[in-house]
Amino acid sequence: MAGRAIVVTSGKGGVGKTTTTANVGTGLALAGRKVVLVDADIGLRNLDVVMGLENRIVYDLVEVIEGHCELRKALIRHKQLDNLYLLPTAQTREKDAVTPEQMRDLVAELREEFDYVLIDSPAGIEHGFRNAIAGATEALIVTTPEVTAVRDADRVIGMLEAYDVKDPGLIINRIRPDMVRRGDMLDIDDVIDILRIDLVGIVPDDQDIIVATNRGEPIVLDQRTRAGQAYQNIARRIEGEEVPFRELAESSFVNRLRRLVGIGNKRRKAN
Amino acid sequence: MLGYISRLFGRQESSRTAKERLRLVLVHDRASVSPELLESLKEELIEVISKYMEIDVAEMEVALDRDDDSVALVANIPVRQVKRNLAQTKH
Ligand SMILES: Nc1ncnc2c1ncn2[C@@H]1O[C@H](COP(=O)(O)OP(=O)(O)OP(=O)(O)O)[C@@H](O)[C@H]1O
Ligand SMILES: [Mg+2]
Repeated sequence: MAGRAIVVTSGKGGVGKTTTTANVGTGLALAGRKVVLVDADIGLRNLDVVMGLENRIVYDLVEVIEGHCELRKALIRHKQLDNLYLLPTAQTREKDAVTPEQMRDLVAELREEFDYVLIDSPAGIEHGFRNAIAGATEALIVTTPEVTAVRDADRVIGMLEAYDVKDPGLIINRIRPDMVRRGDMLDIDDVIDILRIDLVGIVPDDQDIIVATNRGEPIVLDQRTRAGQAYQNIARRIEGEEVPFRELAESSFVNRLRRLVGIGNKRRKAN
Repeated sequence: MLGYISRLFGRQESSRTAKERLRLVLVHDRASVSPELLESLKEELIEVISKYMEIDVAEMEVALDRDDDSVALVANIPVRQVKRNLAQTKH
């Protein structure tokens, strides 16, 4: 049976697509699945660095598509996990070096071999985005709890629908509980209420992620960190397990309390 | 706490403001990304209203109107004639 092809996308740049792809993919590999991460951000190669594999690259995705090398030869195996692979992108090429049709074929070929094909999308909604979603059967939308990011996520959700990628899952990244508590950050319920798609994960804003990226070791490998646990939970949910949103329970409990005592709750206008 | 204090001074929590602004901006985004949405709404409106009155479809206007803090669906539908049996069907 063909594996699942999941594109990680967001619209807005810098909200955590690459970090999510690296960690969710590694999380799925830790769970024993055969996983390949595809860097579809042509010209802005990042996933290799986040995975700590930048020194092992010989061939890239564009060379494979142009037929200069076999797919198998371009795949780089992870240092510790032998069921986790990376297909790096080209650094010195443009987004239009490949077409959506070529990407669809490439991803189809990978699905024969792997349980999961995770595709790291570039920011934006242009050619690079269409390449990234071309072969995907599912999508994860990454957003931060900010007006601009959520707005762009909404746009992308609409586009995915138009391209027949159904039922995307939502990952809310860089939540800061202290700011939510003060009423200075959209909370989980707000974002879900607006986007109305299924929540798959909540990742706290966590300095350890930057440390992990410095080292080239995805944080999910360190289960002592909150972010590491959050990514492992996302992997488990993707696998179909029902993992309670402890983070969510916390935040809505606080909110309910606040509503009860009437703090910081302006009556909403008629919707 | 800070939220409480700022409320005392008449300021809304910034997350509330953010949510309200997002809601409004998305009403507009979604409608302008998909003009078909307004078009199909218009067609269904015509269908429903035509049961009760004769309207001037060519002159009919349906649009989203945006204010600072609200979005309204505004329809201008010229009526040519109201059906005679309307009063009976109502009761
Ligand atoms: N939960 C988090 N906590 C702290 N830092 C984070 C978190 N998520 C991402 N970052 C940091 O934010 C930056 C952007 O993340 P990332 O590169 O994953 O975003 P992206 O969506 O792939 O960006 P681009 O659109 O440029 O491809 C990185 O420096 C990353 O380490
Ligand atoms: Mg990226």
